[in-house]
Amino acid sequence: MKAIEISGISKNYGQVAALREISLDVDSGEIFGLIGPDGAGKTTLFRIMTTLMLADAGSGKICGMDIVSDYSRIRKIIGYMPGRFSLYQDLSVRENLEYFATLFGTTVEKNYGTIREIYSQIEPFRDRKAGKLSGGMKQKLALCCALVHKPSVLFLDEPTTGVDAVSRSEFWKMLERIRKSGVTVFVSTPYMDEASLCDRLAMIRGGEIIGTGTPEQIISAYPYRLLSVEGDRIYPLLKRLRETEGVISCFSFGASLHLAYDPEKTEASGILAAIRESGLGDCKVREISPGIEDCFMQLARK
Amino acid sequence: MNTEYAIRIRNLVKKFGDFTAVDNISFDVRRGEIFGFLGANGAGKTTAMRILCGLSRPTSGSGTVAGFDICREQEKIKKNIGYMSQKFSLYPDLTVRENIRLFGGIYGLKDRTIREKTEKMLEMLGIRDAGDRFAAELPLGWKQKLSFCIALIHSPQIIFLDEPTGGVDPETRRRFWESIYDTAGNGTTVFVTTHYMDEAEYCDRVSIMVDGRIDAMDSPAGLKKKFSAGNMDEVFRTVAGRAVREE
Amino acid sequence: MKEFWASVKKEFLHIFRDRRTILIVMIMPVIQIILFGFAVSTEVNNARVAVCGDMSDPQIRRAVERMDENRYIEITEMISVPGEIDGLFRRNEADAAVCFSRDFGSRIPDGRASVRIIGDGSDPNTARMITSYISGVLQDAAADMEISISGERQASMTPVVQLMYNPAMKSSYNFVPGVMGLILMLICSMMTAVSIVREKETGTLELLLVSPVRPLWVILSKLIPYLLLSAFNFTTILLLAHYVMEVPVNGSLALLSLAAALFVIASLAIGLLVSVISSSQRTAMLICGMGLTMPTMIFSGIIFPCESMPLVLQWFSDIIPAKWFIILVKKIMIQGDGFGPVMKEMGILAGMAALLLAASIKSFRTRLQ
Repeated sequence: MKAIEISGISKNYGQVAALREISLDVDSGEIFGLIGPDGAGKTTLFRIMTTLMLADAGSGKICGMDIVSDYSRIRKIIGYMPGRFSLYQDLSVRENLEYFATLFGTTVEKNYGTIREIYSQIEPFRDRKAGKLSGGMKQKLALCCALVHKPSVLFLDEPTTGVDAVSRSEFWKMLERIRKSGVTVFVSTPYMDEASLCDRLAMIRGGEIIGTGTPEQIISAYPYRLLSVEGDRIYPLLKRLRETEGVISCFSFGASLHLAYDPEKTEASGILAAIRESGLGDCKVREISPGIEDCFMQLARK
Repeated sequence: MNTEYAIRIRNLVKKFGDFTAVDNISFDVRRGEIFGFLGANGAGKTTAMRILCGLSRPTSGSGTVAGFDICREQEKIKKNIGYMSQKFSLYPDLTVRENIRLFGGIYGLKDRTIREKTEKMLEMLGIRDAGDRFAAELPLGWKQKLSFCIALIHSPQIIFLDEPTGGVDPETRRRFWESIYDTAGNGTTVFVTTHYMDEAEYCDRVSIMVDGRIDAMDSPAGLKKKFSAGNMDEVFRTVAGRAVREE
Repeated sequence: MKEFWASVKKEFLHIFRDRRTILIVMIMPVIQIILFGFAVSTEVNNARVAVCGDMSDPQIRRAVERMDENRYIEITEMISVPGEIDGLFRRNEADAAVCFSRDFGSRIPDGRASVRIIGDGSDPNTARMITSYISGVLQDAAADMEISISGERQASMTPVVQLMYNPAMKSSYNFVPGVMGLILMLICSMMTAVSIVREKETGTLELLLVSPVRPLWVILSKLIPYLLLSAFNFTTILLLAHYVMEVPVNGSLALLSLAAALFVIASLAIGLLVSVISSSQRTAMLICGMGLTMPTMIFSGIIFPCESMPLVLQWFSDIIPAKWFIILVKKIMIQGDGFGPVMKEMGILAGMAALLLAASIKSFRTRLQ
């Protein structure tokens, strides 16, 4: 049975279409990533899947249960961590955790095994008010509260937004361990570099899914060829290359430029020639395979 | 006034009670340079940036920003810098034009200058038709570009960008950096913080704050060499991973 | 059931950890009672009266003694000519003056004796109050005099004004029911609304909704702490009113508590309704402040009597629960009415409470908008 199955989900806010005909399915026990910029409709989709909101059109099932008619049963088996830190700031770590355990009809002791690994890191601060915790600890507490009732599906809405690179990688390690315990994880993020950490992903932009599959599938579907160009005067080079015949796009990626060209219109040698003609000095050019970010940008341009 | 440096900071310290948020940092930023100011959450970036912008006084230490003293000439600093943050946005219930007018007025520009600048700005951003739309209705990417232009409306010597590209889609993010390049090319100094490590590569020089100190500062190439890392992400993890204090 | 009590406990923790709120909740009734009791006093209290007249006249002496015996009037000055009154008022040495005509005593039998009461019109409200009070006292005195002179009571058309239940025209009889209505309204509606909207703002409501707990339970668990707080406040106000303001509790305390309970339920329901329509704590406060407190103030009789309002406003006042509650409190507490005479008001309030509660529970959604 699929953990999540939704088809044709649409949602409008007044005139603005937040989601257009979204269809997805997530296998049980996988980490599924929903990747897209702010305003793409990620949070709306989360709210519809977690039965917090009704879609204007379309249908969906979580573990075989309908998101509209079976909402109360679904609420028993999912865990949800909203985008903002949403716990009681004036209650202590322990009080928050115990309260949420009680809400789900269980106790912290009964499910201690599920959260032990994460909770042990914040247990020294169990009597501290949640509002006084650091960003990383808040995140861990929120995760504990979402996990304390042993959910079958865990929904995490942008858990790593505004979190620095070190804490982000720590968080993904935690997700990996949660997945191993058999929980399906549905996670959204605006960071493209986190895509490769998902088993499968969907890319969302402007309320539409622009691509879906395993990271490898998405990358192999990339229709162009890609060159990495490194040089001393990157910015003038970028402007020059964009005007070159057959170049689909050219953007900076860290210290280098990623240049996509259509192999039917030009060849790598033509572009190399253009670089030499530009008189912008020596450049290191090599053919590379695209990353998720390249694919997202290409799919988003369509 | 030293013409070579836009920012000179010596032994800057800021304490809140027992807590030392900024712990004796010193650095210089050259005119027209793009300076990346990195650090983990809680490393003291925001506190340091507030001092540089003339919003808060240091506990000790000295320095100049745009040629003005950070302790004594805060008002002059504010007039000569631009500031844009992800959170600081436009007035959502004013139109694009009204927003530009307002900020032009705040910085004391003449009406004619504001009108000229408004048209130029809308043209440059390619949102000429959107001039009479409410700021709230604009897509996030446009909003960010617009706040960037507004932060530059009084032609400041230095512009401070606090996580300007958070949550924006990858292409818009890169286009935004291209406008940062253009701005720096015109001689404006750019001081920027970001969580995207690939963006750190676009800076001329980068500093990484750890526990209130600057633990590393160099060009991205220099840093990668020093820490024998393939990219800035690895550099950041190595340096910021040494942090002992929590936020 | 466990979920329910956990939520109640959590709500109490919120209340007790927010020192400022708890302080306001505990102290507000005391401050308001004291404020209205002493600062906004509209009653005659130690009115300083100057007397002008021939004190050798035994009738005048009797009338003056009669005034002086009254605990609310104090004779402070004896003047010989009415011209001195102006100076007394200007120096703020008297609030009113009483001038007896010449030959006052000898003219009583033929009914031509006259007395003038002069008030300080620069403060019209107080002046009217004091002068009418003095005239009441003098009328009493005059009636006695007539009897003593003619030996029998003559038919007389002089109206005698007497305020039943509140002989001294104490304003506390008026504001105590008003303050009670105001405070219970504020605590129940505003605090409930704010506490629910706060969860909307912080996003915790989302988590509550995603949990399997029935939303109704969450809501009821929020109401209980405020219900108890209201009970506490109700008691404080009653004790203060009785022992400090000396307002009697003439009727049944149980009946009074029943009225309060109905009003509290109606107010809690209003709070819930407010929380449904507002998206921020500020909006909730504003709606409660402007939409609930103001009408309560206006229609409670603290400021002006309902009866003298335009008809449309009187109709409007009928839909405000506070008005009925205040009428009930006045009837039960001050007039000492039993269940029979207050049945109509009690019925209206109960109907309102039931209707509001039903509407608020129905409007509370299991999903976000």
